[in-house]
Amino acid sequence: MTVAERLKDAIMAAAVAALLALPLIGFETVDTGGPLGIKTRFDYIAYAAIVVFLGRLGMRIAFDWRRSYRERIVQAEPTNIDRKELLTVLGQKADKWLMPVMIGFAIVMPFLPFANRTVIDLGTVVLIYVMLGWGLNIVVGLAGLLDLGYVAFYAVGAYTFATLSMHFGFGFWETLPLAGLLAATFGVVLGFPVLRLRGDYLAIVTLGFGEIIRVILLNWQPVTGGPAGISGIPRPSFFGFPFSADPPEGATAFHQLFGLEYASIHRIIFLYYLILALALVTNLFTMRIRKLPVGRAWEALREDEIACTALGINPTNTKLTAFAIGAMFGGFAGSFFATRQGFISPESFSFIESAVILAIVVLGGMGSQAGIVLAAAFLTLLPEVAREFSLFRMLAFGAAMVLIMVWRPQGLLAHREPTMRLHPAGTKPGGGKP
Amino acid sequence: MTQPLLKVEHLTMRFGGLVAVNDVSFDAKASQITAVIGPNGAGKTTVFNCIAGFYKPTVGRLTLTNNGTPHLLERMSGNDIAGKARVARTFQNIRLFPKMTVLENLIVAQHNKLMRASGFTLLGLFGWPGYSKAEAEAVDLARYWLERTNLTDVADEVAGSLPYGGQRRLEIARAMCTEPVLLCLDEPAAGLNPRESADLNTLLRFIRDEHKCGVLLIEHDMSVVMQISDHVIVLDYGRKIADGPPDAVRNDPKVIAAYLGEPEDSAVAQGGV
Ligand SMILES: Nc1ncnc2c1ncn2[C@@H]1O[C@H](COP(=O)(O)OP(=O)(O)OP(=O)(O)O)[C@@H](O)[C@H]1O
Ligand SMILES: [Mg+2]
Repeated sequence: MTVAERLKDAIMAAAVAALLALPLIGFETVDTGGPLGIKTRFDYIAYAAIVVFLGRLGMRIAFDWRRSYRERIVQAEPTNIDRKELLTVLGQKADKWLMPVMIGFAIVMPFLPFANRTVIDLGTVVLIYVMLGWGLNIVVGLAGLLDLGYVAFYAVGAYTFATLSMHFGFGFWETLPLAGLLAATFGVVLGFPVLRLRGDYLAIVTLGFGEIIRVILLNWQPVTGGPAGISGIPRPSFFGFPFSADPPEGATAFHQLFGLEYASIHRIIFLYYLILALALVTNLFTMRIRKLPVGRAWEALREDEIACTALGINPTNTKLTAFAIGAMFGGFAGSFFATRQGFISPESFSFIESAVILAIVVLGGMGSQAGIVLAAAFLTLLPEVAREFSLFRMLAFGAAMVLIMVWRPQGLLAHREPTMRLHPAGTKPGGGKP
Repeated sequence: MTQPLLKVEHLTMRFGGLVAVNDVSFDAKASQITAVIGPNGAGKTTVFNCIAGFYKPTVGRLTLTNNGTPHLLERMSGNDIAGKARVARTFQNIRLFPKMTVLENLIVAQHNKLMRASGFTLLGLFGWPGYSKAEAEAVDLARYWLERTNLTDVADEVAGSLPYGGQRRLEIARAMCTEPVLLCLDEPAAGLNPRESADLNTLLRFIRDEHKCGVLLIEHDMSVVMQISDHVIVLDYGRKIADGPPDAVRNDPKVIAAYLGEPEDSAVAQGGV
């Protein structure tokens, strides 16, 4: 492109931006006491147009530069045309070293100098999403079933935990498996009638299911507390030793057990490690099950359902197991969420949560465990970082998603490691049989 | 004589007003290659889809006799026909698991066996030794068919990256890994070069002679059909027009007419999928 062409292109883009900006950001409603007044903000439109102009120009230049760079490379080394990109290579290495590095970091994180209460809390939130992402990855990434209502299982887990622990006095470790089991049962109950559907149809039905669960939570007052939710959910104890400054008669508090000074951060750190452990169990489970017949059948089903049927695989049962197991991990995460917050209400389980979890799986690179960690960190930390511009948070979120989808439609770290090899000492060493 | 391996009686398949298969009856025997031939749109693939349970026949009975046990295929689901009656098939448009490796494709084919060995996943999750043994056996079977189909060197490549001929052979290897009694091949030689086609003939003869497997073969290429089939069935507009040994069928005037086509009919025959 010549300079004139670039300028013309950028001016066009700026004009479109200005046009769009006029109704969207050109006016502001102000409270004038009586009726709402309208204030114009034409300077904002100018800013938007300038930003778009510069951005478009920069993009064009970058694209041209990249193309000429590619051409030069192809001329220099014709064999190097399908030169691997950095992230692709990273994706291949991810399972081998990126995961251990991230896990190592996660383990020592609370003791690093910068780790204060906020950081650890944030880490906990990231880990909840990592766990949800890994759970949903079984359904979407491995089995290829587009589930837009995953948050329903998260909600079932949370409410099961809240109800059992408040009314029946169950502890965390007793409730956890029950919550997972119940969520899995819901997965089967939902999955059984709908798993014959494919692709978009399944997505719509699961979306509806997620909403139904939320509406039930809102309306089933006696059990769920309706819109007010459930509060006063018991906080977790350290295997029976509560985290409290003055424990009840006869009980030993955590800090007494270890002879420490009481500090409220102990519980925060404990919660952090709890979710880290839960997430790691999810990961370990996924890594193992991928190498078992069901795991391979899930992936095969994602690739070609008809071929699976012709090989004697029962598609409905196989999908059901994926749905149920994914739901189970959602239920575990929900239990943790309930005990951490101490308060749950239907608001925490709206559709946007499902969308974020799905975005994590898709952005991470369907099926890539390490990619999901990166995507979860990105999607949960971005709104925190952009908190000052809270008005534009969703905008930034959307822009980031669009950018990533343009740049890497297959996700950040899309790489599939074979589950077994015939020639272990082949081109890529270390990928031995399970 | 004992029961034939597959007995097709009065098979009719209608799609709305279209009669794709019209009252077709034939037998396929074990250790024999039975070819189903006919012009485009004659209903060959539809017959296969009925046998493999992808379509429920409108009328007809399909009996597969495996070790003296009869299976009524028209009443079984597609995955039971593959898993219990042991009918394996390939597809006219290849259907592999393209992102999985060649070896994984062959392991997925042994799903039901491995599933039982892994205690329906529970034992497998905890590394039960019986499962590792079953998996090693599955890999051995896969290796056997990889060697037979000349794919050993590419076993760890993703299936989608194989050249066309390799994909065709992998699909046959995958079908054989289910240890079938009847193998249904839908135009396996389509798109192969003469040399690959000759290799395919050798492979099919090997499957018939060494594995005592019945082979049902759809083929357009007459030379392939004449060389390797023991029995030929000719379909035209959904009807069976000839049935017999290759030499007899080749000289049958009805078959010649169907293949050369009466001018006004050939345009209709082209409309097939
Ligand atoms: N699912 C379907 N719905 C409607 N019509 C169908 C369906 N499947 C096949 N047909 C029709 O049935 C007829 C037979 O099709 P079929 O695919 O069995 O032919 P074929 O003998 O395999 O042809 P080819 O040599 O082109 O593969 C065609 O007219 C086709 O259009
Ligand atoms: Mg056909």
